[in-house]
Amino acid sequence: MTTTETPTRRITTAKAMAEGIALEMRRDPGVFVMGEDVGAYGGIFGSTTDLFAEFGADRVIDTPISETGFIGAGIGAAVEGLRPVVELMFIDFYGVCMDQITNHMAKIHYESGGNVTVPMVLMAATGGGYSDAAQHSQCLWGTFAHLPGIKVVVPSNPYDAKGLMISAIQDDNPVLYLFHKGAQGLVWMEKNPRSIAHVPEESFTVPIGEAAVAREGTDVTIVTLSLSVQHSLDVAEQLVAEGISVEVIDLRSLVPLDTQTVLASVAKTGRVLVVDEDYRSFGLTGEIAAVIAEHDPMMLKKPFRRLAVPDVPIPYARVLEQGILPTRDKIAAGVRELMS
Amino acid sequence: MNPLNRLDLYKQMVRIRQYESRILQEYHADKKPAWDIGAGLIPGEMHLSAGQEPSAVGVCANLKQGDAITAPHRPHHFALAHGVDMNAMTAEIYGRDTGLCRGKGGHMHLFDPENHFSCSGIIAQGYPVACGQAMAFKRKGTDHVAVAVAGEGAANQGAFHESLNLASLWKLPVIFVIEDNDWAISVPRSHSTANASNADRASGYGMPGVRIENNDVEAVFEAAGVAIDRARAGGGPSLIEIHTLRLWGHFEGDAQAYRGADLDTLDARDPIPLYAATLAEIGDLSMDQVASIAADAAAEVDAAITFATSSPFPTADDALLHVFA
Repeated sequence: MTTTETPTRRITTAKAMAEGIALEMRRDPGVFVMGEDVGAYGGIFGSTTDLFAEFGADRVIDTPISETGFIGAGIGAAVEGLRPVVELMFIDFYGVCMDQITNHMAKIHYESGGNVTVPMVLMAATGGGYSDAAQHSQCLWGTFAHLPGIKVVVPSNPYDAKGLMISAIQDDNPVLYLFHKGAQGLVWMEKNPRSIAHVPEESFTVPIGEAAVAREGTDVTIVTLSLSVQHSLDVAEQLVAEGISVEVIDLRSLVPLDTQTVLASVAKTGRVLVVDEDYRSFGLTGEIAAVIAEHDPMMLKKPFRRLAVPDVPIPYARVLEQGILPTRDKIAAGVRELMS
Repeated sequence: MNPLNRLDLYKQMVRIRQYESRILQEYHADKKPAWDIGAGLIPGEMHLSAGQEPSAVGVCANLKQGDAITAPHRPHHFALAHGVDMNAMTAEIYGRDTGLCRGKGGHMHLFDPENHFSCSGIIAQGYPVACGQAMAFKRKGTDHVAVAVAGEGAANQGAFHESLNLASLWKLPVIFVIEDNDWAISVPRSHSTANASNADRASGYGMPGVRIENNDVEAVFEAAGVAIDRARAGGGPSLIEIHTLRLWGHFEGDAQAYRGADLDTLDARDPIPLYAATLAEIGDLSMDQVASIAADAAAEVDAAITFATSSPFPTADDALLHVFA
């Protein structure tokens, strides 16, 4: 095989998602995309960039603003053996279509005693940090991970975005694919440099349910996901100067949750900070604490620490929003506290 | 359109009524002396379809293998008319391991992929799913159709309106069936719905709509035939509202005190004796046939109940299976 690709080919997370979808669409005629503004626009956050030009309106379908209607239609198409990739523009819009997601997409396989599969991907933009306020800035992955029957994947970088997308499309289960707007590499958002990176041109998969050790370290484990992985890596680099060695675990998926990778890291460092841009109570941070406590609480040299949105809606004004998000300075403070 | 076979329509209605009558008996048999909805051989809510046979039978007589149905919480008549295996369906209702869904679904969640049949307990939410099945049929280049069924109360849900718009916009082969049985549990149609006919709502979405009065199985058959032919030919969706009759409660245990004088005329409106009389009058049905059709139905239903009650239960550990494929 000859290739003109150079190992330095760098693309955004958004482009990586779209590449993953395109590869599957070329391979499998049963794959199609539908959602609001996924066509000529290419997805408000770039997730379907260039797909319309290649595959046309028959396979990249702009829908009316009818989330219940088109998510339900995705379910029906999946039940009949197609593999729809459906975009819910913002995860915050779940309120108008939650019945299809939780009572139908998530439950049909179980209710049918395993006789009916729903091989669909529901992708949605998550996260804040750009003053979009309370109805367009939530993460909510903990809400969906709590409900049985949906795999939940949450990529943090371009490589995983592509590999997890291909895995999600090939999966026979419904997969909720949550991508952070701030990690998409968009020109119209704050630049997070880790949102543009080398990604191979060819098809590859990243298995759903395997966390990644994004950075190895020995003093403190940060367990996190999505854009917070990027922030945590920045902090880890910064803390080298203070003599602190931070290990960063990128969960990559919440369902299934790779508890082994988390426990192995915590066993090594004995100090853990869970960083989550979702709400604090009854969510991911508490779940990780429970995983550790059920396994062996004596692993911890210091009390468990967590950093998450302190149970308030996401506020608008920059100072207010930055005050409640898990920003780099708060992550660094959390790590230092564990080392004090 | 399939040819009209009056005797087949009658037999199917009798078969369904026999089924619902026996399930009614079985459901109540071991809930005495103290009523407990979760007790007995058939636990949980039970929504029976007696009186609504004409809608299922008239519609399904026009369907073929490979066509899909999404039914609501009151699904038995459509399941049986569409060819769902009576034994497996009954075993599911009895919560047995041999059931359609190995005891995980129950009577409101019957899934039969072989017959593309499913139902959902959430009002109107089967409509979008049917649109997706129709999308798949169209994308695969088949002439199959999807039938979405719900009651008149469901026509006030957003999912109904989103689905009508989607199906019309994309010319999907969907037939929207509304069973207007006058009651959304206890709320009469006059208190729930601004339109006298949902056919008017269909025209608002650019599709044909008809309303059939009198719970008339032959009128349903004719209207469904037209709509299904149109959908198969690529003409897009249609809506059929059937003014039908809920002979029994919304669910078993519903005392129906709210129903008042409406209860007094039920016998006279029962569609099965009425249809038998019509057929007898035109010479298509004899008294002997009435008896033999009833006996055949009873035997089939008894066998299904025997199959169910002699089947094993799932084990408690089975509850952990099938969350994911």
